[in-house]
Amino acid sequence: MSTMAMELVRRVRMRHRNRWAIMTASLAVVAAALCCAMLMLGNTIYPVRDVAAALLGEEVKGATFAVRTIRLPRMLAGLFAGFAFGVSGYVFQTMLRNPLANPNVIGITAGSSAAAVFCIVVLQAGKSVTSTAAVIAGLLTVLVIYGLARGRTFSIGRMILVGIGIQAMCNSAITYLLLIAREYNLPAAVRWLTGSLNGIRMEELSWLIASVLVFTPVIVFLSRPLQVLELGEQAAVSLGVRTDRTRVALAIGAVVLSAVATAVTGPIAAVAFLAGPIAVRLAGTARANVIPAGLVGAALVLAADLTGQFAFPVKFPVGILTGIIGAPYLLYLIVRMNRKGEL
Amino acid sequence: MRRGLLFTKTFFPVFLLLLALLVLGAIASLLFGARSLSVQEVLGGLFGAGEGLYEASVVQKRVVRTVFALCCGAALGIAGVLMQAVTRNPLADPAILGVNNGAAFFVVCGIAFFQMNTAREYIWFALAGAFVTAVFVLGIGSMGRGGASPLKLVLAGAATSAALSSLVTAVLIPRLNAMDEFRFWQAGSVGAGTWDSFWLLLPFLIVGVIAAVISAPAMNALALGDETATGLGVKTAFMRYVAALAGVILCGAVTAVAGPIGFVGLLSVHVIRALLGPDVRVLVPMSALAGAVILTVSDVVGRLIGRPGELEVGVLTAFIGAPLLIILALKAKVRAV
Repeated sequence: MSTMAMELVRRVRMRHRNRWAIMTASLAVVAAALCCAMLMLGNTIYPVRDVAAALLGEEVKGATFAVRTIRLPRMLAGLFAGFAFGVSGYVFQTMLRNPLANPNVIGITAGSSAAAVFCIVVLQAGKSVTSTAAVIAGLLTVLVIYGLARGRTFSIGRMILVGIGIQAMCNSAITYLLLIAREYNLPAAVRWLTGSLNGIRMEELSWLIASVLVFTPVIVFLSRPLQVLELGEQAAVSLGVRTDRTRVALAIGAVVLSAVATAVTGPIAAVAFLAGPIAVRLAGTARANVIPAGLVGAALVLAADLTGQFAFPVKFPVGILTGIIGAPYLLYLIVRMNRKGEL
Repeated sequence: MRRGLLFTKTFFPVFLLLLALLVLGAIASLLFGARSLSVQEVLGGLFGAGEGLYEASVVQKRVVRTVFALCCGAALGIAGVLMQAVTRNPLADPAILGVNNGAAFFVVCGIAFFQMNTAREYIWFALAGAFVTAVFVLGIGSMGRGGASPLKLVLAGAATSAALSSLVTAVLIPRLNAMDEFRFWQAGSVGAGTWDSFWLLLPFLIVGVIAAVISAPAMNALALGDETATGLGVKTAFMRYVAALAGVILCGAVTAVAGPIGFVGLLSVHVIRALLGPDVRVLVPMSALAGAVILTVSDVVGRLIGRPGELEVGVLTAFIGAPLLIILALKAKVRAV
């Protein structure tokens, strides 16, 4: 009897794992397809052959310039920034066990943006300084918010309220910095207040790509303890997870990812917030959904950017579209949590 | 209620201090700006000695601007008192509840789709937007157990604001001339004030103030809870609508003529309440005074640190007001959050 039960459990678990693997693979395919679309579509549509040739370094008339200097950086920025936002959002949501907790709502991206704008506008700093400052500011923001919200007893609600306050301050600081910037222009304002992939150049991407490649494996490695953390502090401790250390390591990884991505694209609204729940809904909870969440994030950013570029007579920056998709979901979530009395 | 409760010992010192600050703020607002003037120049401009001079026209502009800022500040201060009293929530502020963005979205639609280009035309749109957003956010925020807790309201407001500001940008991007118009409206702040917009604001201000004065005693009773208030003979539902409507009218009208300005109500109400206690009958006039001081001084500071341009007053008030939001969040009991 008990062997039969065990067999049943094993089979169900296998099925869940298979589903997870299949969904993750499909998400990767979707993201890859969107990447191809990003490279092929534009003022002129190039066939796959031309794109491939241009990428391999051959000279194709017209295609080489368009693909390699304009579309490739844009695509890579969308891919890696989306991935980074997705992973960091998922980590925060899982770690704090609250779907509302994510770098956007807590105000980390606002802190990073403010630091990045300060570096660019006031210090006229280069890309590496800007990225570093964005990361440091992101970490500082987390520390400040966590320190303020901890009080006698930690409460996520308080953390979110404090985060909204910090966000308001950072946004007004950004507005001020954009005002005193010499070349005050709207595109810059849009990028730093809502996020956009316009005019990103290849050399801006090195930090983003490097951090994604370094920190994703770390977070995946820590994702088992992360899943245990989701069960609650006490359960995690009794299952042998060093909760504090794991939490700190995960938080640093997540903050670095979202800060570096913010330094390149600006805060793309709602991606960090949507990616986690979508990934969980699609792939189930057989394994930690770090990679699926990243892939969903990348797919969201790429799809929103393609829509913004081509679906309307005018081009919309990606952050506007994700904002319009994301905010109703946020409202829906608040309504649902209110009904259940979770807020 | 005993008359003695109305005026505490600290009332007159605080009143005089605010009055002094108001006068100083108004004088500073006349003197300082992208180009600072001397006292003689200001007096000359005021009393017609320097007729036709450049300075005189600058002074005229600054007089309008100062009067305008004082009125807007007072309106926002009263709106803050009313909104906090109606929602029984210390964090209720037009900016936090998303009311500003609601008004902004409707104004943008008016500019983009109905070819409106003066405040006289879109003030009704702004009022409608403020009203719809306030109802929406309060509706979502007070769902579920325990009614409208600060966290619920703030979250509902933040999410609504985010959606609305995305929509505002989405409507604007394809329409360059609407974008110009809107940026003028949004960035103009109190600097865009003219006598025209002042006269436009005035009736709404008067209506709002009268409604606030009428509903203030009822708001005091409401603070004790709906049932107690009913027991005291207050028509709770009716008075609450009056107060809420007055709050929305005040902040909607200010938003229509001066652009979105946040946190003034939050700041002034909390400062006054900390000094003078929670009596709404005291809070309404004193918070109006404090709001006028805060907005005028912020406007002067914005002109000074933004030189040669100027920093929108809304940006500055957000920067000063947000820390207060954080402090309030920290002071709130964990349960209440």
